[in-house]
Amino acid sequence: MSPLLVGITVFVLAAFVGFEVISKVPPTLHTPLMSGANAISGITIIGALSAAGLGATPLAQILGLLAVVTATVNVVGGFLVTDRMLEMFKSRSERERPKR
Amino acid sequence: MTTILYLASAVAFIVGLKRLGSPRTARSGNRIAALGMLAAIVITLITEGILNWGVVAGGLVIGAVLGGWAAVRVQMTAMPQMVAIFNGLGGAASALVAATEVVESDMGGLPAETIVTILISMIIGWITFTGSFVAFAKLQGLVPGRPLLFTGQRIVNGLLVVAVIGFAVWAGVTGNETGYWVVAGLALLLGIMTVVPIGGADMPVVISLLNSFSGLAAAAAGFVIESNPLIIGGALVGAAGLILTVQMTEAMNRSLANVLFAGFGTEGATEAATMSDKPVKRATPEDAAITLAYADSVMIVPGYGLAVAQAQHAARELADALEDRGAKVHYAIHPVAGRMPGHMNVLLAEADVPYEQLLDLEQADPQLPQTDVVLILGANDVVNSSARDDPGSPIYGMPIFNVDRAGTVIVVKRSLSPGFAGIDNPLFYNDNTLMFFADAKDALEETVSALRQI
Repeated sequence: MSPLLVGITVFVLAAFVGFEVISKVPPTLHTPLMSGANAISGITIIGALSAAGLGATPLAQILGLLAVVTATVNVVGGFLVTDRMLEMFKSRSERERPKR
Repeated sequence: MTTILYLASAVAFIVGLKRLGSPRTARSGNRIAALGMLAAIVITLITEGILNWGVVAGGLVIGAVLGGWAAVRVQMTAMPQMVAIFNGLGGAASALVAATEVVESDMGGLPAETIVTILISMIIGWITFTGSFVAFAKLQGLVPGRPLLFTGQRIVNGLLVVAVIGFAVWAGVTGNETGYWVVAGLALLLGIMTVVPIGGADMPVVISLLNSFSGLAAAAAGFVIESNPLIIGGALVGAAGLILTVQMTEAMNRSLANVLFAGFGTEGATEAATMSDKPVKRATPEDAAITLAYADSVMIVPGYGLAVAQAQHAARELADALEDRGAKVHYAIHPVAGRMPGHMNVLLAEADVPYEQLLDLEQADPQLPQTDVVLILGANDVVNSSARDDPGSPIYGMPIFNVDRAGTVIVVKRSLSPGFAGIDNPLFYNDNTLMFFADAKDALEETVSALRQI
């Protein structure tokens, strides 16, 4: 199979896995799901690292640098802010109510 | 070997997303996905034969500092803006990866499939970038949230789409590098032009769609550099965003095309002006406190007004006070309440509301006829009975909370002005509705202190 066909196969299968896994997420978690998914879309950082690390011309290096910066903001910010949000989701038993 | 290691990353993403499906496992799920990402980055740095270490390290440090700073500093009320920006940066990163490929390659000598994927990656990525920043500007109030329309808008946008495709074909066939930059410029413009006419109340749909796009852009970049983890990760995110987009449009009973192209929220405003002359029952903090004090069951319906007023902590204080008096308190959260999917849930979680108290549309609506008091905090369209009763209403058919079936309804609202969509709400004039005109936070604090004196 050509790389393109392999890619298309992988894409379609992964999309179906995504639909299966995510359709069950309750509305309560939609915002963390979205910011977490957004961080995962930062996987493009792999391409960015290669582009910046192997770029031969100054222009390619500048574009690569910008790609690494934007992808890293996406990855680091996305996972951190998702963690920050999820830390706040507590069940009744986990929550200490202040006594008055 | 490298392929197997990358596969482990992809598996971590899938497991992580799966665990994000339940509040108990979500935090570990996010961490598993993050570990998968870290592994992918380390593998790349080791195996790619990186030459320009300075550029790579500089980019990683700058990005990590900016991203970390933003993640720690952002307020929960500003989460929609934050996600909008991150979506945009994700799109930009993918488009930049494709752009580097253009700069580095002899465009005439590339196989056709690479040329096509480069163009798709640039188009999706740049549309995501500018579209997300317009969404950010609307959410932040930097530009008016209402739909910005002008005559011939659809024709201009249609021509833009034709121009993008035309130049893409030309660039691809001739291998002319300038053609690629023209395509990039037009895609940037198209992103702006597409989001500008969409109103602020439709942002849950737009953000979900742009989220999906940021994934598709990553997948497209994966095709360009023939990298499976990008294709898998991108496809997962594309699917996630699409599911949320569909759920949001269903929650508004509208099609995606209607959200994107209709300039919703401009008609109906004149009609509202004529209806507002009808009398309403006004409530003081004391009235609200007395009504709530003797209720056995209370349902709180939060909306965007709660976020604007930063009233989530005050709402929880009132709920605590009512629970101490023996009432059952729940929150009814509409899928499109707020400016992004799940926005209200995050705000209430921040205020320490346990997630068992947060009910969605299907859970809360059947309970309303047995509910003594409904307290509406800055929500409007999601409790608008004209969506149920008036076939002429712009939001007719949208699933709503039928709050008028509860015992008493208290509406906390700054004024009688119609909501974002500009549609008057018959609920406000009902006999069992009390209108409490105030900022949500002030209203709640005053009600709590009045309640303590009963």
